[in-house]
Amino acid sequence: MATPLETEPAAVQTAAGPGEDRPAYRGTLRYALTKLGGALLSIGMVIVATFFLFRLIPGDPVIAYTRDVPLSPDQIELLRRQMGLDKPLMQQFADFVLRTLQFDLGTSYEYKRPVTDLIGERVGPTLLLTGVGLFIAVSLGLWQGTRAAWHHGGRLDRFSTGVSLVLWSVPTFWLGLLLLMVLGAGIGPIPGLFPTRGMESVDAPDGFGYVLDVAHHMVLPCLTLVAVVYAQYLLVMRSSLLDEIGQDYVTTARAKGLRDDMVRRRHAIPNALLPTVTLVFIHIGFVVGGAVSVETVYSWPGLGLLFYEAIKGPDFAVMQGTFMVVCVAVIIMNTLADVAYHVLDPRVRSA
Amino acid sequence: MSAVTWARRRSALARFWQQYRRQRAGVVGAVVLLVFVVLAVITPLITDRTGMDVTKATGDKMAPPSLEFLLGTDESGRSILLMILWGSRVSLLIGFLSALLSMVIGTVVGIAAGHFRGWASATLMRITDWFLVLPSLVLALVLSAILGGSTSTIILAIGITSWASTARLIRAQTLAVEARPYIERSKALGAGHWHVMTRHVLPNVAPLVLANTTLQVASAIVAESTLAFLGADSGQASWGQLLRGSYDWGAATAGAWWYILAPGLCIVAVVLAFTLCGRAMEAVLNPRLRGVSR
Repeated sequence: MATPLETEPAAVQTAAGPGEDRPAYRGTLRYALTKLGGALLSIGMVIVATFFLFRLIPGDPVIAYTRDVPLSPDQIELLRRQMGLDKPLMQQFADFVLRTLQFDLGTSYEYKRPVTDLIGERVGPTLLLTGVGLFIAVSLGLWQGTRAAWHHGGRLDRFSTGVSLVLWSVPTFWLGLLLLMVLGAGIGPIPGLFPTRGMESVDAPDGFGYVLDVAHHMVLPCLTLVAVVYAQYLLVMRSSLLDEIGQDYVTTARAKGLRDDMVRRRHAIPNALLPTVTLVFIHIGFVVGGAVSVETVYSWPGLGLLFYEAIKGPDFAVMQGTFMVVCVAVIIMNTLADVAYHVLDPRVRSA
Repeated sequence: MSAVTWARRRSALARFWQQYRRQRAGVVGAVVLLVFVVLAVITPLITDRTGMDVTKATGDKMAPPSLEFLLGTDESGRSILLMILWGSRVSLLIGFLSALLSMVIGTVVGIAAGHFRGWASATLMRITDWFLVLPSLVLALVLSAILGGSTSTIILAIGITSWASTARLIRAQTLAVEARPYIERSKALGAGHWHVMTRHVLPNVAPLVLANTTLQVASAIVAESTLAFLGADSGQASWGQLLRGSYDWGAATAGAWWYILAPGLCIVAVVLAFTLCGRAMEAVLNPRLRGVSR
C-alpha cells in the first residue's frame, strides 16, 4: 500500500515490520518522505481532476467563462486562441499544468482580474475566522470530551453526547440563520446585538478600535463555526480517552495511590490527546465545508464567500482556482498532521 | 439458497430486532422516521399541489402562523406547511438515493480493496484516501455547478463525494473476514474471487453496510440542504431550497421566524432520527461498542 492515511493509529503499529533495528530518526525520515510523495501524488490528482472536470462544462467554454460579457465573433476567436482551445487536448492539458505550477490560475471575467490576486485578498479573513474558530472549538471540545469520558455514564456525559448529536445533525447554514435572526437582527424583545454581515463597519476607526470592530463582526460567524465543529472533537476525545481508561497503566497509576486528578492529567490525557489532535486535522475538510456556509450566511469576505459567488455566477475561472487552492491546502494540512503524529508518538514509531 | 440458510437468516433477524428494541434512542428514531416517511408518501393524497404555485397563492405575504396557515406563509403567500410536506418528498428521495449510490460505490471499492492484493488494492486505497481528504462539500458544489442543477446531478454529486469512509470501513471488515479459516477452506475447494467476495465476504459485511447507510442518509440530507442553500439546487422545492428562499427574502432580518424555524427543525428531526437509528444498529451489530456507548 502506498501511503494510507491512517485514521486508526492502532493499525500503524501492526503494519510496521522492517527497520526495527535502525536508528529511529531514519524510520521517521522515510515515513515523512513516503507521506510527502503521497501528498504530491494527491496534489497531482487534484490538478488532473480539475482539468478534466472543468472540460465537462456543457457548451462553448469561451461563452461559459466570459458570461454576460458581449463578444464579437473576432473576440471569441481571439479568446479561443488565448485560452488555447484551438490546440489538441494533450497540449491544453500540458499548458494547464505548467500554468498552475507557476501559480497562474487564469483570469476572472467577472472581476476582470487574475484569480490569484482575488484569492490572495480573501485568504486573510478566512484564516482569521477558521483559525480563531478552530482554536476555540478544539479547546472546548477536548476539555468537555475529557470531562464526559472521565465521568462516563454520568449526567454530564449523557448531556454532552446528546448535545453533540443534535449539533451534528444541524446544517451549519441553518444554525447561522438562527443566530443571525436572534442575535444579529434581534427578535421580539431581544435587540440586535451583533452586526449581521461583513467583516468591518463602513466607519471603522483605526488602530485598536478597528480590532474591536472586526472582533465584534466575528462573534456570530465564529460562534456558528465553533458550535458545528466542536461537537465532533468532543466525541472523538471522549472515545479516545475511554479507550485509555481501560488500559492497564491507568489501573497501575491508580494502584500507586495517585490522586484521580493526577492520573487523568499526567497519564490518561496525554495518551488520548495525540490521536484526537491528528483526527482533528485529518477532518479539516469538514471545517472547510462549514466555513463556506458560515461565510455565505454572514457575507464574511473570505475564500468561502468568493467560492460561493463563483458558484452563483457562475464564474468558472474563480471556481476552478479556489477549488484547487482549498484542496491543496487541505492536503498539506493533513500530511503535516500525519508526520507530526509520527514524530510525536513513540508508540507508533518504535512499533 | 437452501431452506437452512433462510431459517438461519430469519432467526438472526429476529435476534437483531430483539436487541435493537432495547436501544431506546434507536426506537424513538425509527418512529420519527416512520412518521416522516408516511407523511411524505401520502402528501399527494391529502394536499393539493396547486397551492405550491406562486400565482395561485391565497395567503398574505410573510404572514405569521394562523389557523388557516398553521406554519405561516412565505414571500408570495404560499403556505409553509404545504411546502414542507412537498419538500419532504424531495429531501428524503435525494437523501435515500444518494446514500444508496454512495453505499454501492463504497461497498464495491471496499470489498475489492480488501480482497485483492498488490497494486490493485493500493490504487483503490489511494483513490479512497484522496476522496476522504478532499472537502466533500466543495467538491460536490463544483460537480453540481458543472453538471447543471437537476435531481439526478445532485444525487450524483453527493454520492460521488461521500463513499470514501464507507469504503475504508468495509475494507477493514473484509480483511478481518478473509483472515478466517473457512475462507481458506473455500479457496482450497476451488472458489474463485467472485465466489469468495459475493458468497462469503458480502453477507458478512452486509449488516455493517446497512448501519453505515443509515448514517449516510443523515449526512446526505444535510448535504442536500447545504447544496441547495449555496445555490446548487435541484430545481425542486426541497427543505434546503425553502431555507434558501427565506435567506433571499430577508426572513431573518424581517423577524419571520416561522419561515426559518419550521424547515430547519424538520431537517434536524429527520437527520437526528437517522443518526439515532444508525447508532443503535451499530451498537447491536458491533460487539466492540457494546457496553461502551449507552
